[in-house]
Amino acid sequence: MDLSITSLAQIIIACLMVIGLMVANAVVMVYFERKTAGFIQRRPGPYEVGPRGTIQAICDSMKLLGKQLFIPGNVDWLLYFLAPVLAFFPVLLLFLPIPFGKFLTAMSVDEGILLILAFSGLGVISNILAGWSSNNKYGLLGAARAVSQSIAYEIPMIMSLLAVIFLSGSLNLSQIVEEQGSWPWQWNICVQPLAFFIYLVSLVGETNRAPFDLPEAESELTAGFHTEYSGMGFALFFLSEYANMLLVSFVCVTFFLGGWKGPFLDGFWWTFIKAYLIMMFIVWLRWTFPRVRFDQLLNINWKWLLPLSILNLWITAIVVKLL
Amino acid sequence: MNNLNFINPFSVREDPGSSVGDLYTQNFSRHAKTGTVILNLGPQHPSTHGVLRVIVELEGEYVIRAEPVLGYLHRMHEKMAEVKTPWQFIPNMGRVDYLHPVAWNWAQVGACERLAGLEVPERAEYLRVISCELNRIASHLMWWGAFVMDLGGVTPILYAFEEREKINDILQIITGSRLTISYFRFGGVSADIDERFVRLTREFIPYLRERLKMYKALVTDNVILRRRLEDIGPMGVDICQRYGATGPVLRAAGLPRDVRRDIPYGVYPKLDFAIPAGPSDDCFGRYLVRLFEVETSLNIVEQALNELPDGPVKMDKAPKANWKLPAGETYFAVEGARGQIGVHLVSDGGKTPYRLKLRAPSFCNLSLFAEAAKGVLLADAIAILGSLDLVIPEVDR
Repeated sequence: MDLSITSLAQIIIACLMVIGLMVANAVVMVYFERKTAGFIQRRPGPYEVGPRGTIQAICDSMKLLGKQLFIPGNVDWLLYFLAPVLAFFPVLLLFLPIPFGKFLTAMSVDEGILLILAFSGLGVISNILAGWSSNNKYGLLGAARAVSQSIAYEIPMIMSLLAVIFLSGSLNLSQIVEEQGSWPWQWNICVQPLAFFIYLVSLVGETNRAPFDLPEAESELTAGFHTEYSGMGFALFFLSEYANMLLVSFVCVTFFLGGWKGPFLDGFWWTFIKAYLIMMFIVWLRWTFPRVRFDQLLNINWKWLLPLSILNLWITAIVVKLL
Repeated sequence: MNNLNFINPFSVREDPGSSVGDLYTQNFSRHAKTGTVILNLGPQHPSTHGVLRVIVELEGEYVIRAEPVLGYLHRMHEKMAEVKTPWQFIPNMGRVDYLHPVAWNWAQVGACERLAGLEVPERAEYLRVISCELNRIASHLMWWGAFVMDLGGVTPILYAFEEREKINDILQIITGSRLTISYFRFGGVSADIDERFVRLTREFIPYLRERLKMYKALVTDNVILRRRLEDIGPMGVDICQRYGATGPVLRAAGLPRDVRRDIPYGVYPKLDFAIPAGPSDDCFGRYLVRLFEVETSLNIVEQALNELPDGPVKMDKAPKANWKLPAGETYFAVEGARGQIGVHLVSDGGKTPYRLKLRAPSFCNLSLFAEAAKGVLLADAIAILGSLDLVIPEVDR
């Protein structure tokens, strides 16, 4: 890929748009999640600030922005500052290869999914740094959990995506969407239901959401790796958590749910509708289930998801070879 | 702001009796193995429900030693009993256990009545049962929500609060308060029930029965919850009796001990109710016993409402505020939501009691924790702590 002025400008504009998307997503999702939680728990949720509480999330983020940057004693301050930034920045790159629409891709590279998987691995480093540098035992326990969880759940995740890649024969995300049809039965979810299921479970594990929110399990570790963070540091972790949720949902939509294609009027709106339906599913899970224990979490992965995904991969490979 | 002060919290302790932490932590870490981490759970921790503090020694995520530290909510209720007249002391009891204040009311008032030999009218006794059992349901539901929240399920507590709110509304009619209830008086209760109370209670009983079915489907049968509770923290009859644990903890272990049946008081002998024993001594057994007791209490309330006799709710010439206890010594026990509540009352005939000893079930139940939490995962230790149903003001008194 030649780095001409136009492509550079394209990437910069795309990065700015991604930042906008991340912030907008966080604001929308905070409101949406709190309203959904309210619905599930039979209470109104936010309703005081703005019409039906719509600007509650904006006010909250303003509050977080305005807070004093507080550094607890005895922290490794360089890493302490670096960790939230490191959590935030890879997410910018992650959104670049996502095909939102047919022509709406910031950077259509042939190795799109490789880029995403490589940079999403960076997220856990920020968790380790946060837990380690804040010099807090809860933080360190949370960080240790984050590492083993992230390593564990990345493998079946990649395996399930590989099965789809075998089918389409391409690592390019746009290509993978092009292979799928417009109607739901032409999507990869019907060809690869097991891979979809495995991806869905490891998606929750990968984004540290309940019932797999072990690194920040509040009843055991108060807040896990971000115990010592407040203000903007906390806000960046928060932002990147929601951005990561959105990212894995987009990848899920691209790989399994036909991307921008729909029964009528193909376009980026289909991507967003499907992605937010998956987000809703994640939110629904969080407010319904109790948390699993840490050894159970790893058992689910190593004893069930990994063998299943390998089996699925084998079957896919054999079928692809035979056909 | 310099990183020279950075201390690795997981570093192997060179000097076991280091000066890190307060006296409790220092004393605790004196016996620590090398390569372990001393972690303070509480007094401000989301799972200790109030201000309980537990020091644990962790090896990886396994708890190898745990020690509760008490006294953060010590309010000298026993001393206050010595400087207040029995009348003035009634509101204190609601503060001892804010989840089941009616039982504590009963314990103190009952002890004074036993010492003075007062006769309580039949209707008042029934009202005592009704209010006490309604309060017990509220307490168990509250525990249920908080316990599932300890396990990471955030929603059930709001459902539990909704039911508890209904009970509070009902109890408010007769007691006038919603949290720290002081409903009992020497020789009766403070107010009679009215038509609205009866109507709301009769509506509430079938409503809660339906809800309990839903909770079973929604929470009890959830596979994650079962995996989190089954075979976790077994506490057999032996350990329960060694530490003096009572209430649902003992009953889950398989011993059907209940003060309402064993040392009868009030009109409980006239009522027909089941006392659960078992099915298992683990966290799930304690969970099931408490949910079963909610149903039992509903049955008791229903029976008591049906059999409610007419008459006064307070004895003739009931003691007034300047009433003096006769000299003597007595013990009175009631079954609270957490176990046996005992009041040992000694009076020398003066204006105030000579001594009032409160036996708090939470205190005895908590003492099991150190032994039960040995060698379990941190998350399981939290589950065990939750399954004991502790109310910290009651532990510290």
